[in-house]
Amino acid sequence: MDEQRTHVISTLVLNKPGVLQRVAGLFTRRGFNIDNITVGTSEQENMARMTIISKGDEKVLEQIIKQLNKLIDVVKVRDLDPENTVKRELCLIKIHAISEKKRSEVIQYANIFRGRIIDVSPETLTVEITGSPGKIEALIDLLRVFGIKQIARTGPTAISRGTLD
Amino acid sequence: MKGSEAIIKSLKDQGVDIVFGYPGGVLLPLYDVLYDSDLKHILVRHEQCAAHAADGYARASGKVGVCIGTSGPGATNLVTGIATAHMDSSPILAIAGQVGTALIGRDAFQEVDTLGLTMPITKHNFQAMQADEIPGMIKSAFYIASTGRQGPVAIDLPKDVQEQEFEYKADFQIDLPGYKPTRKGHPGQIKKASNLILKSKKPVILAGGGVVLSESSDELLELSKLIKAPVTTTLMGKGSFPEDDPLSLGMLGMHGRKVANLVVDECDCLIVIGCRFSDRTTGKVDEFAPNAKIIHIDVDPAEIGKNVDIDIPIVGDAKIVLTSLIKTISKLKEGNPGSTKEWTDYISDFKINCIPRLSFDDVPLKPQQVIKEIRDSIDYDAIVTTDVGQNQMWMAHYFTSKIPRTFLSSGGLGTMGFGFPAAMGAKVALPENDVVAVCGDGGFLMVCQDLATVREYDIPVVVCVLNNRYLGMVAQWQKLFYDERMSHTHLGEVPDFVKLAEAFGVRGERVEKPGEMKETLQSALKSGEPTLIDVIIDPDEILPMVPPGCGITEIVGEYKVEREVPGEIPYRAPHKEKEWE
Repeated sequence: MDEQRTHVISTLVLNKPGVLQRVAGLFTRRGFNIDNITVGTSEQENMARMTIISKGDEKVLEQIIKQLNKLIDVVKVRDLDPENTVKRELCLIKIHAISEKKRSEVIQYANIFRGRIIDVSPETLTVEITGSPGKIEALIDLLRVFGIKQIARTGPTAISRGTLD
Repeated sequence: MKGSEAIIKSLKDQGVDIVFGYPGGVLLPLYDVLYDSDLKHILVRHEQCAAHAADGYARASGKVGVCIGTSGPGATNLVTGIATAHMDSSPILAIAGQVGTALIGRDAFQEVDTLGLTMPITKHNFQAMQADEIPGMIKSAFYIASTGRQGPVAIDLPKDVQEQEFEYKADFQIDLPGYKPTRKGHPGQIKKASNLILKSKKPVILAGGGVVLSESSDELLELSKLIKAPVTTTLMGKGSFPEDDPLSLGMLGMHGRKVANLVVDECDCLIVIGCRFSDRTTGKVDEFAPNAKIIHIDVDPAEIGKNVDIDIPIVGDAKIVLTSLIKTISKLKEGNPGSTKEWTDYISDFKINCIPRLSFDDVPLKPQQVIKEIRDSIDYDAIVTTDVGQNQMWMAHYFTSKIPRTFLSSGGLGTMGFGFPAAMGAKVALPENDVVAVCGDGGFLMVCQDLATVREYDIPVVVCVLNNRYLGMVAQWQKLFYDERMSHTHLGEVPDFVKLAEAFGVRGERVEKPGEMKETLQSALKSGEPTLIDVIIDPDEILPMVPPGCGITEIVGEYKVEREVPGEIPYRAPHKEKEWE
């Protein structure tokens, strides 16, 4: 009953100034936690899609959805079913690698994970990788031994499978 | 048309004939248009009073109240009033001036982030960045404020936008794709609720402020008679059901009537209408109505299950849902009349044994006696407002209300200083009705400067200051729960409230003995003049209460009842199991 679960909440919001503040403010004020939030334009003009990852039991989730629905600028709210959702994240990793041996190892790892090298300098390599958060974690763990200088992650965004809303 | 002209035109198009406000630097363009306008403006003496007056106007009339304040401190002074309206779902529009668009974000003189400040305390808020947005914005604001779960809307209005010229188009549409309040209840849920109600042997109805806001008091009365269920109310629901009716239990909760608290504890079916289950109403949530299945009717889906678990939720406007519910129950009842006679007889016995005592000869006066005399002096359609604290709870507990929108009080936010300006707004809305504000000496002093407003505009409200020289409610808690360590709750011996009133040109009277209140109040109302009555009351009087965190049956303090030797209260201790056949 009180089981904490991670929820992916997909919302369609009016693309107006202050909408992010309304949503974020709601989470803060009501004591809901927010693990991650991604925002971008959507298929509809003037609307943005906000994907919010939040942890909580069923009761908390119900309140989050109801309170989000109350915001005038929020048009649609969906709790995505984890079984029927594709979740992806983009991550950029800058690695300290000078020696030829190190560089080729990094490139090999990146290839295995279907990543790409998007920037090279005499001292660094930058890998771009997309995938599930788990896959990204795995690559980061592998690359750690080389010396990671910087990581930039978008956090996951998600969409339902097939014709599901 | 200029932005400022569009504001006045749009307000008038919405039927506004009066606004409460206070000008300032960035509002000069708007006030310049107001100068020639037939829109009446009441200059308050503090923006907080403008917001409370608009709120009182809205609560008394059911129409949207409008208040105006300037940027910066004007806006922050409005904030308390806006938050008060928000907690009690009162429809007001707050217009705040803002520095010019080119100065926003530069920490300009009297700049504050009004949009950010009012975001969590409004139903919605807007910032006008171009004059042509204004007509749609104001129309949307009224629509949002007055529909669904009502509430305040704020508009942030930069100075240059007020001055900007634009071409006014009369045939504009408003588009709010994210706002579609549910009005009709789900027929399946209504059927389920009807069946549950008819099976119930011990039903109770709990009416909240939603009954008042949806104007469904007639339906509430009809339902109560149809299923023979007693009715208790929250503070905000006071007036939604006639409290002299045999089925009325009075207010429920921390400061509720004993009969209400104990009967809710015992009932097997609780029908809750337009109520958000505040902690002041429920007491300890786990022990609230332990034997009851709960039906919850509310227009706001987020209130369902927020604080208390609900067995049958029905989302919709109370008036529409109650009408369907009555219809369905009447139909189902034809073959199965059912009976709650045993229950209603039990409640009658119960009630007789715990009618609170109101008559006292004591000097200094007991608040019960004062309230009795106030009740005896005014009609039932007179509007009373209260402040916050002991004065409010004494009024809620002892004062009999029968008509919705006649008992106005700051419930959710508990804003001291609400009573007097709200009375001012109520009197402006309904000049034919007598309006009496019952305040404490602490709360009244927070807003006393607006005696100037009632004098200047001849708004004949009567303010009864229940004067015990204490911040009474806090003092009561110190006496009950903090070993009588009266830390900073004694207010000293000043001011002389009669002289204070007179300094503003307002009639000032003092009442010290039983009988004087009735006489003084009646002559004050007859005078047609704003009047302040300084009522010297007993600082030691305590209202029995439920300590915070306790179940609502755990009442502490001596409950003085009308019968000298009360009979045994027939209360049957609850079995804490939630069994239901």
